[in-house]
Amino acid sequence: MTAISAKPKVQAEPAKRVQFDNALLPWLFLLPQLAVIVVFFYWPSVQAVQSSFFIEDPFGFGSTFVGMANYADALASREYRRIASFTAVFTVLVTFLSLAIGLLLAVKADAVIRGASAYKTLLISVYAIAPPVAGLIGMMFFDMHIGPFVQMAAWFGWNMQVGLNYFDTAFAMVFVSVWKQIPYNFIFFLSGLQAVPVSVREAAFIDCKNGWRRFRTVTLPLLMPTAFFLLIINITYALFDTFGIIDVMVKDKPANNPITLVYKVYNDGFRGNDLGGSSAQSVILMVVVFALTIVQFRFLEKRIHYG
Amino acid sequence: MHRTRPFDHLILIIGAALLVLPVVVAFMTSTYTAAQIHTGGLQILPGGNFTETYSKVLTQKGGFTGQITGARMLMNSMILGIGFALGKIVLSMMAAYAIVYFRFRFATIMFWVIFTTLLLPLEVRIMPSYGVMSQLGLLNSYTGLIVPLLASATGTFYFRQFFKSIPDELLEAARIDGAGPFKFLIDVIVPLSKTMIAAIFIIMFVYGWNQYLWPMLMTTDESFFTLMRGIKSILQVWIGSQIPDYNEAFALAVLAIIPPVAVVVIFQRWFIKGLTESDK
Repeated sequence: MTAISAKPKVQAEPAKRVQFDNALLPWLFLLPQLAVIVVFFYWPSVQAVQSSFFIEDPFGFGSTFVGMANYADALASREYRRIASFTAVFTVLVTFLSLAIGLLLAVKADAVIRGASAYKTLLISVYAIAPPVAGLIGMMFFDMHIGPFVQMAAWFGWNMQVGLNYFDTAFAMVFVSVWKQIPYNFIFFLSGLQAVPVSVREAAFIDCKNGWRRFRTVTLPLLMPTAFFLLIINITYALFDTFGIIDVMVKDKPANNPITLVYKVYNDGFRGNDLGGSSAQSVILMVVVFALTIVQFRFLEKRIHYG
Repeated sequence: MHRTRPFDHLILIIGAALLVLPVVVAFMTSTYTAAQIHTGGLQILPGGNFTETYSKVLTQKGGFTGQITGARMLMNSMILGIGFALGKIVLSMMAAYAIVYFRFRFATIMFWVIFTTLLLPLEVRIMPSYGVMSQLGLLNSYTGLIVPLLASATGTFYFRQFFKSIPDELLEAARIDGAGPFKFLIDVIVPLSKTMIAAIFIIMFVYGWNQYLWPMLMTTDESFFTLMRGIKSILQVWIGSQIPDYNEAFALAVLAIIPPVAVVVIFQRWFIKGLTESDK
């Protein structure tokens, strides 16, 4: 969700001019959070890195150090590359479509006066639906026997077979993932738009009668910080949070269906019992997320100029 | 200033319909029998089977061990959602208070230790996390369900941002009046944070309620199943059955949708404030 919303103004100077001086108390306050983080974050993360260098004996008789072999295996395997490229395409499509539709709806909801709050409530309500529930509803709509979308596709001569046909399943997954994410982007874009001062809007309106040009030259630049923040959030959503959608939609049979890298980590680790390989894939994903975060930090430093 | 054009409304109506209709259809369809759905497809008007479907889903014991009812899953989801939200608020408020209001050695390092957790979602360290849980003997317990999810700094981050926006003069005044750290926290910070707490509670409740992967791994004992886990198992049963229980699956989905959506819609203003403030 908003996992990576860290800001760059992470600084060394104290947060407040006046502070309490006490040697013990701050540690007491920090203790519960630190304990949970050490046990459930740092310990497993270290173990993931560690076991990525080993091959675990499937019967539990110890493990063998193999160096980078797990990484090499993963990156060299055709299956891994196929899934990685699907993940990339999936992420780009979901991110682009959900941002674009979210923005469109936010701009329109910002423009209308009558019924604005009703639209807002309706558009926001879907936010709280869990990915697997979205997946379940989507699966029904794309069901080969009862799904209305399949019937609609048939009007155009498209014999849709979600769950059997690779492309059709991918289409349905993108569709459902975008549907689930639109409200989130809508909320942020709308609050970004409403933060634009009335004076700026009026000035823009006087200077430029053309709505589209006004949007492109005034509104969009002002929205860029929000858009970039959302870009990162949407990428992490497409990479990780869609797990529930995918798991429900492939119905436990990933065989020929499109899956994302996170699904493969889970599948190899829990189904395939390949702890080393799964961990190596986890670490690769960690590196990707890490790189994304650095990009975000660097950009956010710049966005301070926007005020 | 801006003239509303009918075109704007058209786009909004189409958008809202596309977003909301699937949920409406899910609910309407759940009020038919499985056979009706099998022959008639998805429905947009209410059917006559509402009471039967929902009383069956809520009370009939299902699953392999015949232990788990929909009501029980609803309760488990509630425990996970509320437990997670409360735990998050207590833990992160305390941690943020220590970081913002105390001068102590290693404060900056501790800040980074906590905030690094923002970088790695649970999904990428899921295997070893599972290993740690089984070593600690926490599989199939509410503790195991809730506590590991708390290992992220989102809440701490929200509260830190908020505490920093509280004027310094308050602390100065409180210290002149002789208030210690505990008194200042309870009498000044907590009352000031009420709206913030509410917003975080809503966001975290939805987040906890909607957890899928973690409960799926952590719970093999069906009495700990949440609604999300129940949705997975109802789909597993489908494979091989004659007419799938479309209505029951939809009913389960509707049960899983109502509480978080209700919370978000009712407390819309707080929720949006909390969500978007973190970005500011």
